[in-house]
Amino acid sequence: MQVTSPAFKENAAKALADVTLQKALKNVETGFIAKRAAAAAALPEFEALRDAARDLKNHVLAHLDLYLEAYEKKVVAAGGHVHWAESAEDARRIVTDICKRLGARTVTKGKSMITEEIALNDHLEREGLIPVETDLGEYIIQLRGEHPSHIVAPAVHLTKEQVAGDFRRVHTHLDAARDLTEPVTLLSEARAVLREKFLVADVGITGANFLIAETGTSIIVTNEGNGDLTQTLPKAHIVMASIEKIVPTLEDVDTLLRVLARSATGQEMSVYTTFSTGPRREGDPDGPGEYHVVLLDNGRSAMLGTEFEEMLRCIRCGACMNHCPVFQAVGGHAYGWVYPGPMGAVLTPTLIGVDKAGHLPNASTFCGRCESVCPMRIPLPKMMRAWRNREWERALNPATLRSGLGLWAFVAARPGLYRLAARVSSMALRLLGRGRGRIASLPFFAAGWTKMRDMPAPEGATFMDQWKARAGR
Amino acid sequence: MSPAGSARPPRVALFVTCLVDLFRPTVGFAAVKLIEDAGCEVVVPTAQTCCGQPAFNSGDRKDAAMLAKKVIETFEGYDYLVAPSGSCAGHIATHYVELFDDADPWKARAERLAAKSHELVSFLVDVLGVTTTGARFAGTVTYHDSCSGLRELGVRDQPRKLLSAVDGLTLTEMKDPDVCCGFGGAFAVKYPDLSGAIVDKKTTNVVDSAAATLLAGDMGCLMNMAGRLSRKGAKIEVRHVAEVLAGMADGPAIGAGKKGA
Repeated sequence: MQVTSPAFKENAAKALADVTLQKALKNVETGFIAKRAAAAAALPEFEALRDAARDLKNHVLAHLDLYLEAYEKKVVAAGGHVHWAESAEDARRIVTDICKRLGARTVTKGKSMITEEIALNDHLEREGLIPVETDLGEYIIQLRGEHPSHIVAPAVHLTKEQVAGDFRRVHTHLDAARDLTEPVTLLSEARAVLREKFLVADVGITGANFLIAETGTSIIVTNEGNGDLTQTLPKAHIVMASIEKIVPTLEDVDTLLRVLARSATGQEMSVYTTFSTGPRREGDPDGPGEYHVVLLDNGRSAMLGTEFEEMLRCIRCGACMNHCPVFQAVGGHAYGWVYPGPMGAVLTPTLIGVDKAGHLPNASTFCGRCESVCPMRIPLPKMMRAWRNREWERALNPATLRSGLGLWAFVAARPGLYRLAARVSSMALRLLGRGRGRIASLPFFAAGWTKMRDMPAPEGATFMDQWKARAGR
Repeated sequence: MSPAGSARPPRVALFVTCLVDLFRPTVGFAAVKLIEDAGCEVVVPTAQTCCGQPAFNSGDRKDAAMLAKKVIETFEGYDYLVAPSGSCAGHIATHYVELFDDADPWKARAERLAAKSHELVSFLVDVLGVTTTGARFAGTVTYHDSCSGLRELGVRDQPRKLLSAVDGLTLTEMKDPDVCCGFGGAFAVKYPDLSGAIVDKKTTNVVDSAAATLLAGDMGCLMNMAGRLSRKGAKIEVRHVAEVLAGMADGPAIGAGKKGA
């Protein structure tokens, strides 16, 4: 997909002015936050589970090679195939090779963010295949030619009225006068349309929430059951997974599943948790004839051993973006690529380069709410700051910021000079305040401040001057 | 209360903070009064300037470390460093140690200073065991939890505890008191539209609380919210929590003129 991260500011301004989007974004706050808080509070061991989840994933990352090899052996033993994809291009080629060999035409897809990352749908279409998204949210945005704005709720940026309009536009075989006011009607309609697609699909592609080294199993969690139909009905099931999805044992997955749904949607468990191990065996009533796993690296192994390694603990629950004041204000599309919100602000620069994604780690107040809800305890603000460090080292920030900070640091290192600068600033600002106590408009870099708010004027001489003036002090 | 059982009162060095120094000296005097009333000796080291957080958050580690060293040198000789700001205290107490390698002797000095650095209100409650400041304030207030104080230092119950002991004061909570006001230091000038949208939502919650006064423990947040409230024409007074706790809330509020303009 086209990267618009360099235009984050323009994207954000557009999003803020979009009345319909602003209405839809209210659902992020009402739909996720209280539910997560209630689910976390209802489980006495929730905080301990977060610790265990963090430690577990740290252990995996320290031994990633071992677990991946063990996993591969188990997949093969179960009759499946493992394909190693170093790059997005490798992964796309592997998928189309499988599809072509099987003479596939329709490809159903369960929800998978890494297929967004590698722009798989565009590629499949170019190769003459018909990708059909089967997750309701993904289906809606596919109809609109859009991309997910949220990693868990891909269509959260839309109102139900917009969705009804899209269904009328696309589902022309249905009665034009039908009532589509209720979300449940929209769901039933999508369900009926998708049922036909499931039945004609030749290949089903899903993501994976987890891969289990002990058993060679891939796991997906969904609330609609679309993943099950995507993977069991076609000739082949292709699992697209990035390498950090690995977990040692079935027991370990339990720890992660217990924090995942609670953090994502406030559910104790997602409605469907589907375990897949190899293709259909003899005697199985259903299941795919072939089972493939594409293990995607795409820059992740290069994060190991760096200050961004902890990002690989992420289990894609979306809690960080749900709780982010910036995400709540502008939604996911403003971030300009696949991964939005705080996790995107850390991950996107590793995948497309900080020169393109530099705005993302900067467009944060460092309020820390993301880290406070992250089930994997990923220090997201710290890593956003690490990106700012890299930008500073490479002189990617605006020259005005660099020279301004340089001058400020020079002054701040010299108390006498600093006192003088504070005294002069205080007098100037008080003069501008003209006894009103505030300033409505400031020039230069401070113009950004007064665009939306007044600048309170200093109440008097600086504290240090007043302190000094007090006798005996 | 005194360290190592000595008879002398603890010597507390006040870290004034840039914004209090420049914009709101009353907060500095309120801090001095509160700490002295609690039985400590207060010193205001004259060599202090800024904690260096703007450099640190902009990725300029060199200047951040240079300024951190100056703060460490200036403040390490006292029993405590106390700042009327969760943001500056949080930077000193949690981030200074990140600026130095393990082998660097500055690391140990940063750790020692971090251990005795506190945000003002939590210092009063958690370290000095203050339960009331004896202040009077007639009116309804609402309290905003500033992010760094809340999430880096665990400042949440302490200000509410002391406010509830203020004679005549009623605390009414706004919706989402723990959600960021959109200040974020340089963020407010780098992303003015975004920051403006966030502070607009925040101040709507403030107005909806129907409180007459908004309090918080950080000047950055306070100036941001006061500026937005006055721009919206809302008649809500904005003050640092220390002003109320010290009984020094008689003067004009933040962003309000001398003649009540």
